[in-house]
Amino acid sequence: MSNWTEVGQLNDIPRLGSRVVDNNGEEIAIFRTSEDQVFALRNRCPHKNGPLSEGMVHGNKVACPLHNWNIDLTSGEVVAPDKGCVRRHEVKLEGETVLLAI
Amino acid sequence: MKERLVLVGNGMAGVRTIEELLKLDADYDITVFGAEPYGNYNRIMLSPMLTGETTLDAIMLNTPEWYAEHDITLHSGKKVVRIDRKNRLVIADDGSEAEYDRLLLATGSNPFILPVPGHDLEGVIGFRDVKDVEAMIDAAQNHQRAVVIGGGLLGLEAANGLMKRGMRVSVVHISDTLMDQQLDSEAGQMLQRELQARGVEFLMQASTQEIVGKERVEGIKFADGREVQTDLVVMAVGIRPNIELAQSAGIHCERGIVVNDTMQSFDPRVYAVGECVQHRGTCYGLVAPLFEMAKVAANHLAKLGYGRYEGSVTSTKLKVTGIDLFSAGDFHGDDECERIIYRDPSKGVYKKIVLKDNRIEGAVLYGATMDGPWYFQLMREGSDVSAFRDTLMFGQGDTADAGHGANHTVMNMSDDTEVCGCNGVTKGDIVRAIQTEGLFTLDEVKAHTKASASCGGCTGLVEQILAATVGTDHSHPKVKPMCGCTDHSHDQVREAIRSEQLTSMDAVFKKLDWRTPNGCPSCRPALNYYLISSWPKEAQDDPQSRFINERVHGNIQKDRSYTVVPRMWGGVTTPAELRAIADAAEKYQVPMVKVTGGQRIDLVGVKKEDLPAMWKDLNAAGMVSGHAYGKALRTVKTCIGSQYCRFGTQDSVGLGIKLEKMTWGSWTAHKYKMAVSGCPRNCAEATIKDFGVVAIDSGYELHVGGNGGIKVRVTDLLAKVETEEEVLEYAAAFMQLYREEARYLERTAPWIERVGLNYVKSRIIDDMENRKTLHARFLESQQIAQNDPWNELSKDEHRLQFVPMKTLNSEEKPHV
Repeated sequence: MSNWTEVGQLNDIPRLGSRVVDNNGEEIAIFRTSEDQVFALRNRCPHKNGPLSEGMVHGNKVACPLHNWNIDLTSGEVVAPDKGCVRRHEVKLEGETVLLAI
Repeated sequence: MKERLVLVGNGMAGVRTIEELLKLDADYDITVFGAEPYGNYNRIMLSPMLTGETTLDAIMLNTPEWYAEHDITLHSGKKVVRIDRKNRLVIADDGSEAEYDRLLLATGSNPFILPVPGHDLEGVIGFRDVKDVEAMIDAAQNHQRAVVIGGGLLGLEAANGLMKRGMRVSVVHISDTLMDQQLDSEAGQMLQRELQARGVEFLMQASTQEIVGKERVEGIKFADGREVQTDLVVMAVGIRPNIELAQSAGIHCERGIVVNDTMQSFDPRVYAVGECVQHRGTCYGLVAPLFEMAKVAANHLAKLGYGRYEGSVTSTKLKVTGIDLFSAGDFHGDDECERIIYRDPSKGVYKKIVLKDNRIEGAVLYGATMDGPWYFQLMREGSDVSAFRDTLMFGQGDTADAGHGANHTVMNMSDDTEVCGCNGVTKGDIVRAIQTEGLFTLDEVKAHTKASASCGGCTGLVEQILAATVGTDHSHPKVKPMCGCTDHSHDQVREAIRSEQLTSMDAVFKKLDWRTPNGCPSCRPALNYYLISSWPKEAQDDPQSRFINERVHGNIQKDRSYTVVPRMWGGVTTPAELRAIADAAEKYQVPMVKVTGGQRIDLVGVKKEDLPAMWKDLNAAGMVSGHAYGKALRTVKTCIGSQYCRFGTQDSVGLGIKLEKMTWGSWTAHKYKMAVSGCPRNCAEATIKDFGVVAIDSGYELHVGGNGGIKVRVTDLLAKVETEEEVLEYAAAFMQLYREEARYLERTAPWIERVGLNYVKSRIIDDMENRKTLHARFLESQQIAQNDPWNELSKDEHRLQFVPMKTLNSEEKPHV
């Protein structure tokens, strides 16, 4: 059971960038692509816990700032040849408003 | 309906093209015809298969399941005998047919069989496919004597394999030098002696006249009357592109199927790749060029149309265990070439480097091939070697072997030897990845193992392991693409940005047909740099294309905290500044306060949300960002100098401060460090900096291109000048030249090694006009660049990016 929670406006997030939502001490990174799609992932790279929110967004992927692992934003899967996955959260836009399923 | 692609030739080049095409998500119905009854296997592993070091199963690259998985129709064991171009149809020997919209020919090559009497006797074979290897293994079990005709790469590997299988082997060669396509006579003699010592017999300058025997071969007669007895003849006198099918279909062929730079034959629906191809007059017989062709053909088949094949430069290694041999380029040289030769007969070492205008044209190495990849790289890039010509012969030193000492050759290395110190990758890890994942290129090894993916110091070694594991050859594209998003090199991209006046990243993507929508973490920072350094006024800096360190102006640490380093001009501070730093450290509970190597203070472990407030406090005390995180001017290190030091000849502190005030805030291709020493004792260590000044009694020595990191490099002396004004002018001109011409992430040291000190001198010393122009351009762009990022980002409108966009608390009721 999840609730759609308003977490901010689309323009709070830079295009090809990310902002963080603090959910009871657990960080969730919200990403915005060049096409203005939004995705949400737990803000921890499965490799060494790097903050994905600080990574570079390219296409539908984000590169972790610590060791450059790439994570697919749509699935949360690590892009090969590295292996692993990141927990994904449902997120959607209603107009300009960003809603996160908690 | 989907377009239909038919591949004729189920080998490495053809299937690689299909793999590249699948990566590009191109929509084709694909049908593959192969004459051999297997999937695609790794042909260059046939030599190890002959020696028994590997098996057919282990060298399969694509199994029948792979074809099924990708909806590819595979006709194995069916030889295509006719192409009906009018009806766009291929017909195989069993009568099966396939229609095509596009046809890809990858028919490979055939071993050349000398047309002498008896060449069709039983026991006369080539060395080309699994069938030949099986015939050799069978002969070794039932017969004693073998003759290999042809003392080239393939012939010697065949001889070595047959000997290991217990046969008595003679090699017949037409000239007096083995491997004369790759070796000069001296190296050829050494190789022959080594192989003789192992028991291979040689018949040199022997021209085969007749193969004798009733049904099976019994012996060979030569033109000069010599005769030998044998039970097996392996012909390894070269390969001929297999063009029979193409020719019969009326496609233009010379030695091979003639193709253009997009791998199309004279019929644009018909592509060709691999050993059957003749491109710009050259036919290739090594694996790496085939892969480059495959990439281009796939690109064109996917209708992307920006890939071009421009030919390859290749180098060779012989894969016979215990013999180290490397050859590349023009190893004879013409009248204008010079040759540096090193001989140590008792150690069995011979090296020859052919130079023209201080650039490597070719090389032959025997007995010590460690530095082969390095020479090859210098050759490919056309690097000027004059600066290190004296030591060129002794190799790249400890960088090439990541500090394991120069005595290790790849072959002798144990599997648990650590090759990549950054990522803890052993030789065994690399070899396993190459074998199990079927890797062929350095980039693939890097991606799969992370070896050489960090500092790059072990790149030469990894390339050697790759060459030793994969097989006999090694080659690279002539220009290295910037990254996977493009086929253009760094230099080509920057040239386009300038000549086409591109001032935004989107304009670059569009003009140069980038294949990704917004680049990747490798090309975006580079493009951003090229844009703002080429068009400082017109181009906008793009924070999202900067690495996090440059975006939040601090070095990210493994626990997500950051560092704060205030600038200390020339390494000089005051009690008031120190007090402000101490106050900030206490106020924000900084866990570590550390003195850096660049004469300033590092506040380590700062929380991201504290950064703006801390910067504001430090700004208020008169301090600005030290750019200790950036591809930018870092520090100007100084010694005490003539103000106090009893040895000082000039005011090194004062000059250091002036240099730092002039250059701070400038973005460069990589980090940039300076130093000023007040006398030749050089306490500021100026001779391992990007730009170092050493004061002497009569003025200043200017040193450039030093480095104290992965590979220590001492500076080159650029000039001696008399006044501080001159120092500043030369410093700005040099920095500007570096900014404009070095590739992104290329420090001054490798840049100078690539272009040559003489080139830098010609632009800065010999051409006064140019020096003044560079100096002026530097100052002009500094007018825009010299903004303290702390002051800018601590403003309220920027503060939000340092805190969460929302904090949720379970006590609060969430919105619906």
